[in-house]
Amino acid sequence: MAHTHGDSEHHIIPLAVYLKVFAALIFLTVITVWVTRFDFGAFNAVVAFFIATVKASLVLGFFMHLKYDNMMNRVIFFSGVFFLILLYFFCYVDEATRIIEKSTL
Amino acid sequence: MSTAKTRTHHHAHHYESATHEYDTSKQGMWLFLVTEILMFGGLFVGYAYFHHIFPEIFKIGSTFTDWRLGAANTVVLLFSSLTMALGIYYTQMNDRSKARLMLLITILCGAVFMVIKYFEYSHKIHLGLMPGSWYTADAQAVLEHAKEKFPGLTEIPSNLPLYFSFYYMMTGLHGIHVMIGMGLIFWIWLRMGRGWYGKDHYTGVEGVGLFWHLIDLIWIYLFPLLYLVT
Amino acid sequence: MAHAATHHEGTNYLNHERGLWSWLTTLDHKRIGILYFITVFFFFFIGGIFALLIRTELFKTGVTVMGPETYNQVFTYHGAVMVFLVIIPGIPAFLGNFFLPIQIGAKDVAFPRLNLMSWYCLILGAVFAVSSLFVGGADTGWTFYTPYSISLKPGVVLMVVGAFIAGFSSILTGLNFIATVHKLRAPGMTMNRIPLFIWALYSTSIIQILATPVLAITLLLIAAENIFQIGFFDPALGGDPVLFQHFFWFYSHPAVYIMILPAFGVISELIAAFSRKTIFGYTAIAYSSLAIAAVSFFVWGHHMFVSGQSEVAGVLFSVLTMLVGVPTAIKLFNWIATLYKASINLASPMLFALGFLFLFTIGGVTGIFLATTALDVHLHDTYFVVAHFHYVMVGGTLMALVGGLYYWFPKMFGRMVNETLGRVSFFFIFAGFNVTFFPQFVLGAKGMPRRYFDYLPEFEHLNQISTIGSYMIGIGFVVVFIAVIHALLKGEKAGDNPWGAKTLEWTTSSPPPHENFLKTPIVTAGPYEYR
Repeated sequence: MAHTHGDSEHHIIPLAVYLKVFAALIFLTVITVWVTRFDFGAFNAVVAFFIATVKASLVLGFFMHLKYDNMMNRVIFFSGVFFLILLYFFCYVDEATRIIEKSTL
Repeated sequence: MSTAKTRTHHHAHHYESATHEYDTSKQGMWLFLVTEILMFGGLFVGYAYFHHIFPEIFKIGSTFTDWRLGAANTVVLLFSSLTMALGIYYTQMNDRSKARLMLLITILCGAVFMVIKYFEYSHKIHLGLMPGSWYTADAQAVLEHAKEKFPGLTEIPSNLPLYFSFYYMMTGLHGIHVMIGMGLIFWIWLRMGRGWYGKDHYTGVEGVGLFWHLIDLIWIYLFPLLYLVT
Repeated sequence: MAHAATHHEGTNYLNHERGLWSWLTTLDHKRIGILYFITVFFFFFIGGIFALLIRTELFKTGVTVMGPETYNQVFTYHGAVMVFLVIIPGIPAFLGNFFLPIQIGAKDVAFPRLNLMSWYCLILGAVFAVSSLFVGGADTGWTFYTPYSISLKPGVVLMVVGAFIAGFSSILTGLNFIATVHKLRAPGMTMNRIPLFIWALYSTSIIQILATPVLAITLLLIAAENIFQIGFFDPALGGDPVLFQHFFWFYSHPAVYIMILPAFGVISELIAAFSRKTIFGYTAIAYSSLAIAAVSFFVWGHHMFVSGQSEVAGVLFSVLTMLVGVPTAIKLFNWIATLYKASINLASPMLFALGFLFLFTIGGVTGIFLATTALDVHLHDTYFVVAHFHYVMVGGTLMALVGGLYYWFPKMFGRMVNETLGRVSFFFIFAGFNVTFFPQFVLGAKGMPRRYFDYLPEFEHLNQISTIGSYMIGIGFVVVFIAVIHALLKGEKAGDNPWGAKTLEWTTSSPPPHENFLKTPIVTAGPYEYR
């Protein structure tokens, strides 16, 4: 049989790792709230987005086992993210280069 | 709770082995998660798009969300993600009674999340902070409230309801997923009580777990977007 | 490969179980394929009647058989039914479901229950879409453009919900196919030995997974706009209708490739089998399918040149759109190179394949015209566009669907389609198609706008030619129907491999047994090793 499908090794992540990841997630949630006290101007959104992405990576890597999963599942996940960015990119290009009177609200 | 009885799982006829079936099912689940990401993604892109055109309405709108409730819900969901992961862990360890306890805690966390959400919703509905043309909030009261954070404000943008459209659509779709997730975990919990799942066969637990973590993942982004916009 | 299954007469997937209930609850991919076959052709009949009504109305200026309101509904239902219920599920869910597992030597698709569920999703979606007729109907066109589509019409809501549910059918089929191709290939069936039809379906599935969810959320928002006036796309509430078009075309442009890529796959099979020659450029054709799938996500803005999107975006999308021509032309040149010095058998499936090459080329090249912004501003929303996409969707996809049906019919039902009926149907469809749609290029270039129930008197002659052509297509499909019924009742018994083709489905019996193969095939060679 052509085992093109890699047999997964049924990796079991130790309990301690789960607990550490959870602690890190709670810590990062505190950071998320804490950074809103500072004004980074245009970078506020970037900072919030960056912290959220770190948290998301922890959930993906450990809770969702993607760190120990096969390459194909990682490719599948990241292709979803890539095409989402694509949707945003072109919408943004259009919106940012339109020559219209900007809202004066 | 009779977890003593163990049922053996026979893989479907078109697979060679249980591992083959497990790998394929997990891949199918990841493919499904991608569709979820892109579906929610449409709302995120819409948010970014309008945030770029009308940043004010998002700033003013977010003063009506209580970050403490949002943070509480974040912790609840993160904790439920931990218990879900532990549910899979104990299934892998063949300890079904601990695994079922973890699943039960996960469902409870989902319920707590929804209750907090309910209070948030009813508060906003009470103030008339509804989406689109259903918006009935008193303009003066909204201005007074927004002035607490933005003292220089003289006027409320006419399309402020758009923020609440995003708020309700995003949290609403997310909330529907939370409830579906709770239902699925309950189903797994029942089956485990009847002797299904164990160290050699936990595909269902893993799949539902992935779905639950995705719900958490989406909330991780929703929290700063809706509660902490500055 | 040995004819392992020939002496297993008697039981096959058709008589494995009996009764209507066994069909409605079947998990066998072949039976689900047949369910799709019946469904798709039923809706094709409905959509076809709407098409003939449109053409009949346009036979003369003024009111011919219906008023403008009815006309708007008729073209909306024609478009929505044909797109969501016929062309999108057409080849992948019918021929794909039946042959994808067999061609890679699998016993079934990865998730048989999801496969059945996807058929029920399509039916449920169709029920919603049709029920909109009873609450005033929908007249937005199949594109549901805002703000018109959010003006509180219950018919539009039901139609949109129907399309939303049908979308899940598409997603589940795509998910199933990707997992099946990744995980269930027979021993020796490496990725560079899978038939080109599989490559095409695989690429299609990628689009279905990545694009359809965005349509789902867009349609959900349209429904929410109608019910709750949430205002995302409503300029009166501060929203932006152009954002709707971005979201809609992010799905609907790749969806055009959901419609045409499987047709490319069928054509690759037909050209190889009836040329009796190793296909030229297997790798190029295979990877160009993936390339088309990828590029399709970068070009959606060419539907929006006159929508109010920025000029920068317009130029960007225009240039990117031209890129689609490259992988598409690679396919076309490879097919033509396969035909060179081949022992061509002009059986009816091959006639449809050659017809495809001719019509699709016209459809594709006019697409490049339309990608040019300056020209598109002139031709946008004229009959030129109508002619262009019918050359691709009908001249491409439907030709491949009928060709594929004739080609695989012996395998599916164990009986041959009558060759004379096949040729007669080809003549009427091919000739009728050109008579219908070629004049529309001229009409469009002269400025006749699409979706109008009336036109200027000088356009009457060409419109009459076009209407006569549409009747010819109608006759052609009646002949297809007769050919299928005739084959089912009186068709000559087919052997395991009536065409002498080399792909795996021809090594099992006709019709195939319940488990596809009595013994799991071991693959040792590529799919087209003729000479």
